[in-house]
Formats: sequence, C-alpha cells, structure tokens
Amino acid sequence: MSAFNAIGEEREIDRDEFTPGVEPQPTWCPGCGDFGVLKSLKQALPEAGKTPEEVLTVTGIGCSGKLNSYLDTYGFHTIHGRSLPVARAAKLANPDLEVIAAGGDGDGYGIGGNHFIHTARENHDMTYIVFNNEIFGLTKGQTSPTSPKGHKSKTQPSGSAKTPIRPLSQSLTAGASYIARTAAVNPNQAKEIIKEAIEHDGFAHVDFLTQCPTWNKDARQYVPYIDIQESDDYEHDIHDRQEAAEMMRETEDVLNEGTVLTGRYYVDEDRPSYTQEKQAVGEMPDEPLAERYFDDDAEWERSYDLLDRHK
Amino acid sequence: MSDDELIWRIAGGSGDGIDSTSQNFAKALMRSGLDVFTHRHYPSRIRGGHTYVEIRAADREVQSRGDGYNFLLALGDSFARNPQEEAFYGNEELKPLSENLDDLREGGVIVYDEGLISDEDVEELNLEERAEENGWHVYPIDLRGLAKEHGREVMRNTAGVGITAALLEMDLEHIEDLMEDAMGGDILESNLEILHEAYEMGQDLEFEHDLRIPEGEHESEQALLSGSNAIAYGAIDAGCRFIAGYPMTPWTDVFTILSQNFPDMGGISEQVEDEIAAAALAVGASHAGVKAMSGSSGGGFALMSEPLGLAEMTETPLVLVEAMRAGPSTGMPTKPEQGDLEHVLYTSQGDSQRVVFAPGNIEEAYEQTRLAFDIAWDYQIPVMLIYDQKLSGENTNVDVEFFDREPSPDLGSTLTEEELKEAAHDNSGKFKRFDYENAEDGVAPRSLPGQKGGRYLATGNEHSPVGHISEDPDNRVYQMDRRLEKLEAIREELNEERESTQTYFGDEDAEYGIITWGSSQGAVEEAVERLNNSGYSVKGLSVSDMMPFPEQEVTEFLESVDEAMVVEMNATAQFRGLLQKELGRFGEKLTSLLKYNGNPFEPAEIVEGYEVNIAEEDREPTAQVRIEPAAGD
Ligand SMILES: Cc1ncc(C[n+]2csc(CCOP(=O)(O)OP(=O)(O)O)c2C)c(N)n1
Ligand code: SF4
Repeated sequence: MSAFNAIGEEREIDRDEFTPGVEPQPTWCPGCGDFGVLKSLKQALPEAGKTPEEVLTVTGIGCSGKLNSYLDTYGFHTIHGRSLPVARAAKLANPDLEVIAAGGDGDGYGIGGNHFIHTARENHDMTYIVFNNEIFGLTKGQTSPTSPKGHKSKTQPSGSAKTPIRPLSQSLTAGASYIARTAAVNPNQAKEIIKEAIEHDGFAHVDFLTQCPTWNKDARQYVPYIDIQESDDYEHDIHDRQEAAEMMRETEDVLNEGTVLTGRYYVDEDRPSYTQEKQAVGEMPDEPLAERYFDDDAEWERSYDLLDRHK
Repeated sequence: MSDDELIWRIAGGSGDGIDSTSQNFAKALMRSGLDVFTHRHYPSRIRGGHTYVEIRAADREVQSRGDGYNFLLALGDSFARNPQEEAFYGNEELKPLSENLDDLREGGVIVYDEGLISDEDVEELNLEERAEENGWHVYPIDLRGLAKEHGREVMRNTAGVGITAALLEMDLEHIEDLMEDAMGGDILESNLEILHEAYEMGQDLEFEHDLRIPEGEHESEQALLSGSNAIAYGAIDAGCRFIAGYPMTPWTDVFTILSQNFPDMGGISEQVEDEIAAAALAVGASHAGVKAMSGSSGGGFALMSEPLGLAEMTETPLVLVEAMRAGPSTGMPTKPEQGDLEHVLYTSQGDSQRVVFAPGNIEEAYEQTRLAFDIAWDYQIPVMLIYDQKLSGENTNVDVEFFDREPSPDLGSTLTEEELKEAAHDNSGKFKRFDYENAEDGVAPRSLPGQKGGRYLATGNEHSPVGHISEDPDNRVYQMDRRLEKLEAIREELNEERESTQTYFGDEDAEYGIITWGSSQGAVEEAVERLNNSGYSVKGLSVSDMMPFPEQEVTEFLESVDEAMVVEMNATAQFRGLLQKELGRFGEKLTSLLKYNGNPFEPAEIVEGYEVNIAEEDREPTAQVRIEPAAGD
C-alpha cells in the first residue's frame, strides 16, 4: 500500500469538495478580487483532474495569503514572502504532489522577491499565483512594489518616487517557463489560465490582477481589459521569447495608463523542470523521497559504511 | 606538561598542502596505535598567509590540543613569493618559522626548510641564541631542494614528513600505505622517493633531542574524524535525507559533507539564495515527509529566526545546526567563539520554544545529532545543535564500532493512512491535526500531504485544531499550553528515560567545581586532571542540554561544591547567565573564566585561571582571559 493514496486517485471530483464546511467564511471585503482567484481555482482544479488531498497550496501573508483557508486542500499558510521556498522543498520531497503557491504583490515581488527570481530560475514544477492589487491590503493600504509611480499612501504621502516593478518581464528574465496575466474580472479566462498553469510542467507564474476596493480605489484593474489572445490587434507567438518580451514590455508600459492586457505571454514546453534537471545530474532520486520512509524494504545507509576513508 | 606525548606542528603557507599532509600524518599516528587530536589554525586569507596544523598524539586519550607543542616542521610560505604584484604579501616566507617560536616547549625540535628560509633571515631571528636558552634542537634541511631533485617543489611536505619520521624513529609503513591510497603513478613514485631520501638523510643526522614517538596500541579499529563529520554522519543515521543551506564558515563543512554523500544515498541537497530560504526549504521538505535539516553560522542563523518560529507554530519537525564563530556581525570568520548561545536560545518571536543541544566532543556530536532528530520528529519541535568552529574542525580518533548501529528513519509522531482512519476528525471531515483533546505530552500526531483522510491546514498564525486561523481566546490558551507541554515532556524524557548527556569528570567528593559547555569540554577535562595531580580538589561538569536545561543535575553539582568557575569562550558570560536564570541562585558561588581572543582555551589557561582565582594567588593571569567575579564581589 502506498503511503500517499490520495495522489493520482482517479474519480469524479465535485468542485464543492474544495470548499471547507461551514467554517471559515472568507473575511475578504465585499468586492475584493481575491474571491475571483478562489473561484477560478475551485473550477480549475477538478477540471485538471486533481483531488483535494493530492494538492498542497502554500501561501504567504496578506489578504491573499488566506486563499488556502477558504480552499479545502492540504495547505500551508507560511510567513510573509516565504511561500516559494516552502513550496519548492515540498515538491522536491514529494514530486507527485500538485503544489500551488500563492500570495500578494508585496509578499511575492517585495519581501519574497529574491525567492521569486530563484524559483523561476530553477523552473520548479509548480504554479505560482500572485494576487496583484498594486497595494498592501492586509496592513491597510501602503504602497506596494507594483503601485504606480506617484502613488500616494500613508507611508508615501507625497507620492511614490519609485517606478513599479515589472513582474512579467522579470519572470521571463529569471526563467519561468509559463507566464500569464489574468484578472479577477475575467473569470473564464482566469479559470483557463489557472488550469493551464497547473498542467504545465515547470514554473508557471500567473500575475493575477485583483482589485482592492478598500484601499486602492484608483487601481486600473477596473478599466476594461483586453484579452491578447482574443484580440486581432495582438498576434504574438507565445513560444517566442523575443515576441513575448516585447508584449510584456508593452503591457507593463501602458498598464498604469489604463490599458490592461491579459492572457498568455510566454509558454516554453521544452524546458525541463527542476526535478528533471536535478535527476539528470544525479542529485535527485527517481522515486519520491517521502515514500521511502514508509517502504519497509528501503535500504538505509549507515555511517558505519562511510568510515572507510577515515580509517 | 608531559613529554610522553608528541605535539607536532606543521607550519607553512595556506594553500601549501599542509592540510592534507597533516591529515595523513595524523592517520599514520593513529594507525600506529596512538590517540590523536588535531587543531587547525586558519589565516583570514583564501590563499597564502601563514598557517599551521597541530597534531597531538599520545598513548592515552587526548581531549584537547594541549599546551604549546614540541616539534615544529616549518615549511616556509611559498605563497609569500607570489609573483603577481597585486597579490604580493611582502616577505613572509619566514613566518612559518618566526611566528611559531613562542609556543614551542623547552627541549623541542625544529626542522625548517633551508631551501625557502634564508640564512640571513634566520640570523635576524636570533634563533641560535633562543635555541640555547630553551634547549631547542634545530635541524635546517633543504626540503625544497630535495623535493625538486626527485619530483616537484610542492612535495616539500613529503620531505618534511620523512625527516620527521626519522627524527622520531618512526616506522614509515603507515605513511607509505596512506600515500599509496591517496595517489598513484608518477606522483606516487616521486613522493615515495622523496620520503625515503628524506628519511635516510634524517637518520644520518646526529640526534641531540630526546623526543621519540610514543608507543601505543588500539584494541579495535579507529577512524579519524571531525565534529562536522560526526554531525553529518549522525544526521545520515537518523534518516536525514534533505539539507538546504547557504555557505558560511564554519557551517559549510556539514553542508558540504552531506551534499557530497546525499546523491549516492538518494538524499537531496539544495544550495539556495539565502538563509531564510534555506530554513524555509527544510520546513517545506519536513512538512512533506522527509527528515530535513538546515543550519548556518551566527549571521546566517539570524536570518533563520522567522522560519524557525514557523516550524514551531506549525509543529513541523526540524533540525537546525548553528556553528558559532566569533561575532558580532561578520566577526572573525575563521575563529571560534561560544558567543551565540543567547542568540540560539531566545531568537524568534513570542513565547518561542525549541530544544538546544551543545555537544562537547566528536562522539557527543554524533550522539546528540541522532538524539536531535529523534526528539524533533517525536515531539514536532525544532531542535538545534550549537557548536563552534573548534569542534567543527578538530579531528580525533573514534572507535569504528561506535558508529555501528541501525539507522533510524522513523518519522516519529507521523501517522500512516491506516492510523489516520482512527484519528480524530472534524465534522467537516478534516483531520484534527492540532488536536488538544487527544494530545499526549502536548504532541498531536500529524499527517502528510497526499495521505488519504489527513487534509488540514498548517498555519503560521494561531490556529484551530484543523488549522484554520483562530483568534479565539480559549483556543489560543489551549494551543499555547499544549505546545509548552512538549518541552516539559522532553525535559522528563531527557532526565529519566535517556542517559544523561552531561559529562562529569574528576572526583565526586571534590570541593571545587569547574563547569563548562560545548567544545571547551576537552580543555576543562584536562585542566581538572592536572589540578588534581597537583594536589587540588577539583571536579568538572560539561553541560550539553541548553534547553530544556538539566536543572536538577546542575543544582546537585553546584550544591556539592564550595565554589565553581564557569569556563566559556565569550565576553559576556552567556552560559553563566543561563545557569543563574535557570537555577535562580548560586550567584555568590560562581566566578567566570572568559576567553574571547579568537583562540580556544588551552588547559594551562584554565589551570592558571583556577590558581589566580581560587588558590588566591596574588597576581593577574598571563593568558588573554578575563575573570568575572562572583555576584557581590
Ligand atoms: C516579516 C513581516 N513583515 C511584515 C509583515 C506585515 N504584513 C502582513 S501582510 C503585508 C503586506 C501585504 O500586502 P500584499 O502582499 O500585497 O498582500 P495583500 O494583503 O494586498 O493581498 C505586510 C507588510 C509580516 N506579517 N511579516
Ligand atoms: S483589503 Fe483589499 S485585498 Fe484585502 S480583502 Fe479587502 S479588498 Fe481584498
């Protein structure tokens, strides 16, 4: 008997299974974009054939970090900015788990920025959803790394002097193999993109525009968005790095002027995932390491056998 | 100081290969039946710079580097002659000879490389005069020339070992064997030639010294290994198969050893972007069901404070090692200090709890690493091993059979799917991971992601039994109390079910106590022996359990003596502070002997500290130590 029978179980999955019982009810503000992410995940997971118990959602801290409190999978609600290193190791320990990491723009692009770059660089096979509301929500409305230049908040009362971060371009440069942007106000696209991200073998980064009506009333997520895959004006090849980079630059230049472009920006199906790379150089076992502890026949090395070189 | 022992110091430029040479020579001494202890001096330079390694060998157990030494092999620093202008270090060729003379014992032997160290330079040292004063026996040999003639200049080391062996009347057999293991082909041929040539040359010399290799015999096979080896092997035997880290001296040693061994045994090693990530990775791997470990040294460990708290709150088993070096900030990277005790005990927010062990020697390092994993996985709590640059790098011989035990890959309080079926679940069907009603000793068994029927949320916020964020006051108190209960249970287990990890030495009835922790143990043990040999009545206690603190054992020890001296390598008496905090008394009985100049204690300094302090000799200590008087003094 396997130690992890929930993994790979084939059965009809009801999306209600992903909703916890009576409790807890989301504490998000009415109209918050975070509801959109929750909903698209609840739709995408069963469509991708995942059972709640084979999924591990790892979140950071922020309004966004509460995602897995309202989504009934195995979950790890970590600390501010650290969802990715925790998620990455869980995936290495048991590659059969479906690992989804999530957090806010402050969490992911600010305090966790370093981990973001390195997780993308290594191309870990996981999905990373960043709730981009261009603001710190939970701590009550401070300027975030994605807030536009000139954004005024209690901590930057004269308007921010900083140019906002360019998450898509940064992700591409760092090495993510699936990069998309979607928005809570576009549920169909959001669900499709999340599903693709889950199915993608590699680091799938989804910059998810989520409005924060409480602290960021001016945010551009409210303006009509354009789906670049649906629009005749944009015909870029998502497999072409150059074209993807060009599209990202364009989007990121105009986002704060009111033009919101969403859709798939870059998909590289050929790049091996980190697990594969690590296996190729002989640094990663073929079987999930976590399984070994439950395997009675596993041979465990003893230090006694390592002493020859010390004699 | 006894002369029935050999303390051989090989000095040269860092990068001149003295490390491997000394390692082999130490092994040869061990194979000839002696107990050995090595001490490495590190210069703060990547290459070049004068450095040395000391090997102490005797026919009895050796617990420290000893005081001074009695055989100097000064190779000269070849990197001092680095022709690249940018890297010119000045005329330092002489340093391996000149810098080492102060510690050489009376009657000691000096071999220096005439080929690298010029006559004029030696004249400036007044070597002849000093040798006469101290009864030293000086043998200038052209080691460089000899090496060049039969091979390459870098083989000066081998020539030096050949001369050493001849002067000590030591058999070449073990040295040859080790060379044959380490190299082959032409290189081996040349080295063997040099070795024999030097040996013959040495035999032709007129011996005016009395120093000979002691005779010894081991009853069973020995292995020569360092504290870092012992910690790494302890982890392997405990079933650890995941390590994440970021390099920082001296933690890098454990990290490297495991990284090199894991690929062959199906383990995973990750070098990551920083120490926050490293500790967080270890938490993630442990959460998913692999015995995991991380670690760092002071500055890097500071970054781990937050994930440490996360492990505690989510009750994720975890072992962290903290290899101290002199601080604060970047401090002295290659120098030992016991200055991070408070850092390790109290870092992280809230009423944070962890277990902390401080092994005092190689065997304890292995033993307590295994124990750390057992406790961490049984109680779902972070366990830390705190040690230092000294223990990390020193090598001693250990009975091979000591390591011959079964690996323990047991995940402790982790449920199988079968067991999960019987476990408590919420009405919603969720597993009550953080159940306080059915917890025993505060431990609520856990499930792993992917197991059927074990779904829950692990939360760094305070949480309900199924893991949802909760600020309910009753739940908060229940959860907090339950977590605190674990430490009490661990204290009990350590007190009652396990053999004590504290180490005692000296006579039980002695009037005076010396108490220490961690790697200062060996020097204290030797000092106690010497004090007793000179007629004092002294006993020693080396404490390993820092948290939970062995209150009862230490109380009994302190009650049984009139006065006690607390020996530790830091400037603020951190361990003494812990003693007084935990025991709440004995302030008037305790004096501190503190050393923080970057070098570990030598037994003689502790002997002197005692004499100045207790035997009330009216003088200041000569060594670089500080005495912190008892409360009220
Ligand atoms: C180390 C640390 N620093 C700061 C905080 C406080 N904090 C909590 S959430 C947050 C920012 C949240 O913003 P974001 O990540 O954009 O998420 P949102 O709430 O907007 O979803 C901060 C600064 C913390 N919990 N931990
Ligand atoms: S503060 Fe903003 S981000 Fe947070 S829940 Fe409210 S609307 Fe959503």
